[in-house]
This record gives sequence, C-alpha cells and structure tokens, in this order.
Amino acid sequence: MVELAVLIYAVCGAGIGTSVLLKSNADRVLSSLEIEATVKAVSLDEALNPASLAQVLLITPELREQVSEIRSEVVVINNIFDLGEIQEKLSVSLS
Amino acid sequence: MKTNLISKTAIAISDRAESFELALRASAQLLVAAGHAKARYVDRVLESYQKLGPYFVVAPKIAIAHASPGDDVLTPGLSLLKLDEGIASGVIQNDPVQLIFSLCTPDRDQHIELLGDFALLMSNKSIVNSLLNASAESVIWEILNN
Repeated sequence: MVELAVLIYAVCGAGIGTSVLLKSNADRVLSSLEIEATVKAVSLDEALNPASLAQVLLITPELREQVSEIRSEVVVINNIFDLGEIQEKLSVSLS
Repeated sequence: MKTNLISKTAIAISDRAESFELALRASAQLLVAAGHAKARYVDRVLESYQKLGPYFVVAPKIAIAHASPGDDVLTPGLSLLKLDEGIASGVIQNDPVQLIFSLCTPDRDQHIELLGDFALLMSNKSIVNSLLNASAESVIWEILNN
C-alpha cells in the first residue's frame, strides 16, 4: 500500500484570494509543526467535486454551509492571519 | 529589486462609508485607478459579493475583496481603502471592517508570490495595528512596502 501524503484544500469562492492566503499561512504552520502535507488553494466548485481526495478542508465561516455535504473534514478558520488559530485547529485535525 | 506590494495610487483613506457595498466598490475602484484592472472588474467584484456574501471578511477588521481572473484584469494588484470609522459587513466576529483590500490577477498564478508576502505581513498584529492607526496614505504605503 502506498502511503499518500495528507492533502488539504484551502477553499474560497474563486480559489485565488482567501484560499491562497490561507494556503500560504497553513504551509507556514505545517512546516513549523514538521507535518508533511500538501495544501492546495481551490475554488468552492473544485472543493465540491466528488472526486476530491482532500482529507481536510480549510474554509472561512461564511462558506461553511456550502460544503455541508462534503466527505472531507471541515475546519473553519475565523481569522486567516492568526497563525495560532490555524496551528491549533490543524494539529487537532491531523493528530 | 523586489517589486512593491501596493502602489501609491492604490491606497485611500476615508473617514466613513455609507454601506459595506459602497466601500467595496471604492476599494476595487482603486485597482482601476492604479492601472491594474478595467472598470468592468469592479462590477464583477460586486457581483461576486452579491452571489457569495461577505466570506472574504477573513480576519478582525479586514476584508479582501476580489473576483475571479478575467480579461478585465491587466496586471496582478492589490489596493486598500482604509476607513477611520469601521463598517458592518455582517460577519459578526470580524466586524466592524476598517481595512478593505481588493485583489486582482489575470490568471491563477501571477499573484501567488504577492499574496505570500501579503499573508506574512498581515499575520503580524503590530503591522495590522499600524495600518489601522495610519492617518496618511504615504504611511500605509511605507508599512506595506517595507
């Protein structure tokens, strides 16, 4: 069995703004935690693709309801610039 | 030489806004003023807001408005409208909003480096505080480009 690295989606409406900022800070947190994972900035449509392999979805509170049907674990980030919040929530969900 | 995160013409300070929507429009309009986008982009930012709501109010007092890439975007860019008196966006935990950034990019790649630098900068609370306390556009420009 091949061990796949953890795949995390950072989600926003268009996949170019909030999600990229979220990815950038999540990458920083993961490297400080020494966790190997791939974070991809995606649009809501990409996140909702049934073929998505993402284990964890990082999303802002306002978009939470739009992904309620999803299989991935959804982690809501209230402040995408708060590295402490991202670290706390990611360590819980990846432990 | 490192390129600037934001240009001088893309920064404005206003004492207050009539509504969150008008503040968004004024912020996105700064991208047009700075030559990053065409006027049509401003309408698309507003359309995105009407469709998806204020999800881009991503941190206390901070919004980052944008639309998807398109041919109405000329170059990757960032703008900032700072309000002395915050405005309600409806995202209760982050209201009132005072720093309304707008972002544009012609494709999905060209702005990544810009946003990486921006994310690092905005994760520093003292930088955010100095932006909130800045009383002149030139001060904001110094903070964001240093």
